Order: sequence, then C-alpha cells, then structure tokens
Amino acid sequence: MNVLVVLIPVSLSLGLLALVAFIWAIRARQYEDPLGEASRILLQSTEDHSCLDADENNWD
Amino acid sequence: MTAACPACVAAPTVSEIAATGPTVQFSVPSIRCAACIGTIERHFESVRGVVQARVNATQKRVTVHSSLPENELLAELRSIGYEAYLLDQKSLAKSNDRKSQDLLLRMGVAGFAMMNVMLLSVAVWSGATDATRDLFHLISAAIALPAVVFSAKPFFESATKALRVWRLNMDVPISLAIVLAAGMSLYEALHGGEHAYFDAALSLTFFLLIGRFLEHRTRSAARSAASELAALEIHTAQRKVGTRIETVDVKELRIGDTVIVKSGMRIPVDGVLRNHACFTDRSFLTGESEPVQHDIGDELCAGEINLGATFELCATAIGRDTRLSRIAALVDTAENARNSFTSLADKAARIYAPVVHLLAAVSFLGWVAYDGDVRHALNVAIAVLIITCPCALGLAVPAVSTAAISRLYRMGFLVKSGTALERLAKISTIVFDKTGTLTRPGFCFDLSKLSDEEAEIAKGLANQSAHPLSQALATYLDRVDEAQITAVAEHLGAGITGLWNNIPVALGRASWLGCDGDNLTLMVDDKRIPLASVQDLLPGALGISRSLESLGIEAEIISGDSEGKTAAFAGHAGFKKWHSGASPEDKAKHVQTLAEQHPSCMVGDGINDTAALAYASVSIAPGSALDATRNAADIIMLGDILDKIPDLVLVARRSVWLSKQNFGIAILYNFVAVPIAIAGLATPLIAALAMSASSITVLLNALRVRL
Repeated sequence: MNVLVVLIPVSLSLGLLALVAFIWAIRARQYEDPLGEASRILLQSTEDHSCLDADENNWD
Repeated sequence: MTAACPACVAAPTVSEIAATGPTVQFSVPSIRCAACIGTIERHFESVRGVVQARVNATQKRVTVHSSLPENELLAELRSIGYEAYLLDQKSLAKSNDRKSQDLLLRMGVAGFAMMNVMLLSVAVWSGATDATRDLFHLISAAIALPAVVFSAKPFFESATKALRVWRLNMDVPISLAIVLAAGMSLYEALHGGEHAYFDAALSLTFFLLIGRFLEHRTRSAARSAASELAALEIHTAQRKVGTRIETVDVKELRIGDTVIVKSGMRIPVDGVLRNHACFTDRSFLTGESEPVQHDIGDELCAGEINLGATFELCATAIGRDTRLSRIAALVDTAENARNSFTSLADKAARIYAPVVHLLAAVSFLGWVAYDGDVRHALNVAIAVLIITCPCALGLAVPAVSTAAISRLYRMGFLVKSGTALERLAKISTIVFDKTGTLTRPGFCFDLSKLSDEEAEIAKGLANQSAHPLSQALATYLDRVDEAQITAVAEHLGAGITGLWNNIPVALGRASWLGCDGDNLTLMVDDKRIPLASVQDLLPGALGISRSLESLGIEAEIISGDSEGKTAAFAGHAGFKKWHSGASPEDKAKHVQTLAEQHPSCMVGDGINDTAALAYASVSIAPGSALDATRNAADIIMLGDILDKIPDLVLVARRSVWLSKQNFGIAILYNFVAVPIAIAGLATPLIAALAMSASSITVLLNALRVRL
C-alpha cells in the first residue's frame, strides 16, 4: 500500500496539470472559434503566417 | 485580459505591435466551410490597404484591420459572393463575452475535480476500507470543497436571488443538493463514515454547468449578433454650419440645425425641407416604396430615404421626439404582454422543486421515526435530493434549445429570445407584411412589351433624368446598351423628351403622354408603351403559403399597399387571406386580435410593422430591417431565407417535442431511482451511475434535433 504515497500525488498533479492546460487554453481564446480552427487544417495556404495570425488574435 | 505574471506585463502584447488601422467587423451569414475561410482571407490579402483579415467561422464573422472605408470592404466581400452586414463597433466593444468564459472556467474546474475525486471513489467502491477509505475520503474532501465553492457559485447566486423574493426556482433544489451532499460527506469523512458523496456533488455541478454554458453561449451569440447589426442604421449625420459641413453623431443634432441629406441616405431627424423639392421613399411608414414628392417647406420624417439629389433640412424634432421613435415606443407597452408566457423549464421547476423537497423531508422524518438515527436519516434525505436527477431536468430544455438554436443559426435564423421556439411551435396563423418581407422593396418593370431597340431608348432617356423612377428604370435595365438621345429636355413633374435618330421620343407620366393609367410610359414616335411597375418577389415567397398550409398553419398578408395591388399579389403568391390599406395601428390591432384567439406569428420588416411584431405571439424580422423593428422581433432572418420558415417551424416543434421527451426520461429515472433512495439502499455508486446515465441520455436525445 506504500505505493499510494507516490501514486496519489502523481495522479493529483497530473489532474492539476490538465486543469492548468485547460485554463491556459481558455485564456488563449482557443475556444473562440472551434468551427474555424477545425476547418483551417484543410486549407492549403496556411504556412507559418497563419500561426502568427492565431497568435495575434489571442490577445485582441 | 489582465496579465497574470510579471513576464506578461513586461512583454508587449501582440495587439500593440499589430495595431495598424482601425478594426471593422462584418457578419457574413454564408460562411460555412474551410473554402469560405480561405477565399475571404486570401481575397483580403490581395486587397491594398487591408492589413489583415481573420474569419471566425463559429460566429460567422470577419474581422478586418484596414484603413479602407467600411463601404469598400463591404463591396469587396460582395464581389467574391458573400453578403455581409457591418457590425456596430460600439456595441461590439460592450459585449466582450466575459460570462461565457467564466462559465467555461467553472465547468473546467468542476470537470477536473470530478475526475480526480471519481478516481479515488472508484477505489472506495471497489472495496477500500478503514484507514485507506478514510484517507481517500479526506483527499476527496480537499479537492471537492474548494472546487464546489468555486464552480457552483452561479447556482448559489441564482438560488439566493430567488429565495430572497420567496420564490423557488430550479437552482434552489440544485444548490441544496450540492451543499448538503458536500457538507454531509465532509462530516462522514471526518468521522470515518462509509459513504461520501463528493463525486456526486461535483458531477452534479459539472453536468449542470455544461447546460448553463451551452445555453449562455448560443443565446448570447444569437442575441449579440442581432443587436450588433445596429450599424445598419446611420448614427452620424452631416450638419451644415455656415459654409462648413461637419459629420456629427445624430445625438448631437439640435433643433434648428441644418442637416444635409445625401442621395440614398436615411433622414436622421424630423425636419422641414429647405432648399429644393425632393423625392423620398416613405416605406418605413406606409410599407410602400413609391417615391413621394415634397416641396420646399414640407415636413419630412426621420427614417425616409432620399431618392434624388442632396437636399438640406432644418431639424424640427430630434431623438425621442421623432415620429420614428414614437412609433417604436408603441412597442414597449405591447412587450409586457409577452412576458407572461411561462416556459416549459419554468413549469417543470415549479412542480419539481416542491415535490423533491417534500420527498426528501418525508424520507428524513420517516427514517427518524423508524430507527431514530438522525445521521442515517439525513444520509437518505441527501441521497433522495441527489438521485432525483436535477441535472437531467436542468439539462432537458437548455440542451435541446442549444442544439436547435445553433442549427437555426447555421440556417441563417438568429433566435433572440429563449422561449421563442416554444411559442413558435404552437402557432396556427402566420401574418406576413408584403413590401420588404415578401417582395423586394424598390421597383421592377414589366418590360415584356418592349423590343430591344425600345429598351435601349428607354435606358437612354432614363439615364438623362434625375427622377427616382427613371433612375430605378435605368438601374433595372443595367444589361441593356444605352441609345444616343439628343435634344434632351426634362419637364419637371411630367417626364423627359428627346430625339433619337431624329424621331421624337419621351418617357414620362401616362397622363402627360396622353394615355390612361398611372404607369410610367415610353413614347417612340407616336407609339406609346406602358411600363407597368411590377413587384419583385423575394425568393421563396411564392410557395410559402402552400408549404405552411401543409404544416397546418394559415398564412395571410397584411399590407399598407392599395387593395388592387395587394389582391393581385395575394392571388399570384397563393395567399387565401389578405388585408390591404392597413395603417401601423390597424396591423397591430389585427395581430393582437389574432393572437388573443390563438398563437400567431408576424413577419415584417418596416417600422409600420413594429407594433404588430410586438403584439404577435412570436415575430420574425429580416436582418435588413431597422433597429426598432429588429428589437421587437424574436427571430431575425439573415439573407433571403423565406423558404426556410417552414423548416424553422418544424425545428421549433421538434425541439419542444424533444424537451418534453427529456422530461419524460428524467421522470422515468426518478420512478426507478427514488424508491431505492427512500428505502435507504442508494450508495454513492448508484447515485453516480443514475446521475451520469440520465444526464448523458438527455444530452444525446437533445442532439436529435439536428437530424
């Protein structure tokens, strides 16, 4: 049962990590346009600059 | 957004770097897929003066950073085939959607906390005992309590708000269940008890937040989309001070100011015509777009459109005192009537809340009387509260209306009011305004009697005249070449004459050219051809009465137009009932009488329809309507989608049916689960299963509205 001492903190910190990632995603406005982001992967001309576009939009 | 860490404060935000040119937003309802995103963004890349364009496909919006005027950007969008509406920057700035982000965050916290607690609970359910179980319960408590306090705050707030005015809403039993479950579980955890409901408290919060978030998101999307269309209306006017002309906000205009109204513009204030005679389109008052002639000294109303040359106006009434605003104010009195409508969710909550509280109280008292163990009795009562699936009930309506509203959003309907679909599902009559709703405002001409040559002459003459009807004719003949006309002379108020290959030609009033009727007439030599103006039907207007009839809905027309025109139109479009010559008050009265007998719907676009829209059980207006009209309507149509109104009714009926089904499912669960809980046999495992299963079934059932 001693393994619990390791496993519980591990599982909790993993959960916390996921929560932090989620909060980051909200702050970065990744939920603003789910439909658009999903379709954008189909576009041809999305080289580096669309990445930049996305960044710019994060902070609008 | 506030920067969270020192590094963020130090680093310049990207918007500061990229701030080049003003930002303009357009609503583009026809954005559907990746191809649209690509086409629009690539097109704007190639336009000079545009720094950047970004499409938001979810909101169907394009944000453009550019130094170009808005009209040019609109024209660019139109040139690649996208009908666009300019959005009001002022109202956009106000509506940054904090609440939905907030709900999403709370939902995320509840979800992650639930997962972790569930992980620990699984160990307990699969047989952990003694110290291990107590430890797991305590860890669960450490996660669950802060998470519940943070995540369930919207429910607590709403519940206290309701209780303060001695009312019960859905959030009261929900809050009670969450608080009691968390509190009782903490007590159990501290005293080495067997059952803890931390996971139940969290999953209850989580599932309900999903419903709350979905509801908020779709509704606010539609509502803000509707209100931000505001920019359709002019908010600036041109004021003449001495010889200088300045552009000012309409609100800054004062009585006695001289206002310049350019061709094609809406008059911003009521006023007296100053410098020369003019023609205006008064359709917002009468519904008819025939040009009305005014002479110097005539009173003009705010909202009329200048059809001729630029004129000057002396303001006599501004702001709320204009006739336009007074008509719009009629609406306020009517709107209260609609608030008495009780939604399905409210009806359910009214029955549900007392029943559940009673059940929990009875089982508590019953168990205390039976074995005197207060702790056990309380446990049972909490199990009852949790297991009665408030989340399935809480999700029943929002899940369906969210799915329905987002489906309608894709079709081009903005549903502004939450209960609009429920009201729409019941209608048995639908009343249409004619001009602007079923027919295109403006003019079309019956040219079947013209030869190609005569059409060219007509265009040649029409192009030389400033009269709105001639202008309309010239625009209508845009594909026709223009004939060379010489010796042109315009006869004010009558028509225009000229010479074509030395043959006398003329275009003008029928009576002036010696014919009967009131049509525009073309004369070539001594041949006279009437150019009857016909009404241009909007796509879908023809079949609509028949397709509505097949749904058991009676369609009728009410119009401010003359009897003959209305009758001819009704016959042509297949409407059995019609009313002509109706004033705004007549329309309102007719719709009110109809709505008192049975639920009816009004579809209209003009200010003259506004009161009628407000009196109807449910109302629809096109996106091109004026602010006041759109405010009075429950549903806004973007684009020419008249033919989809029957689908709209079908979706509404289906969503009401599915909501009722969802209530059925929730009640069915309760029939099974509540006896188990009252008998004291419910364990946290059973509670978790019942709650998740019922919520997921309800959510899945709601998605069927998209089929």
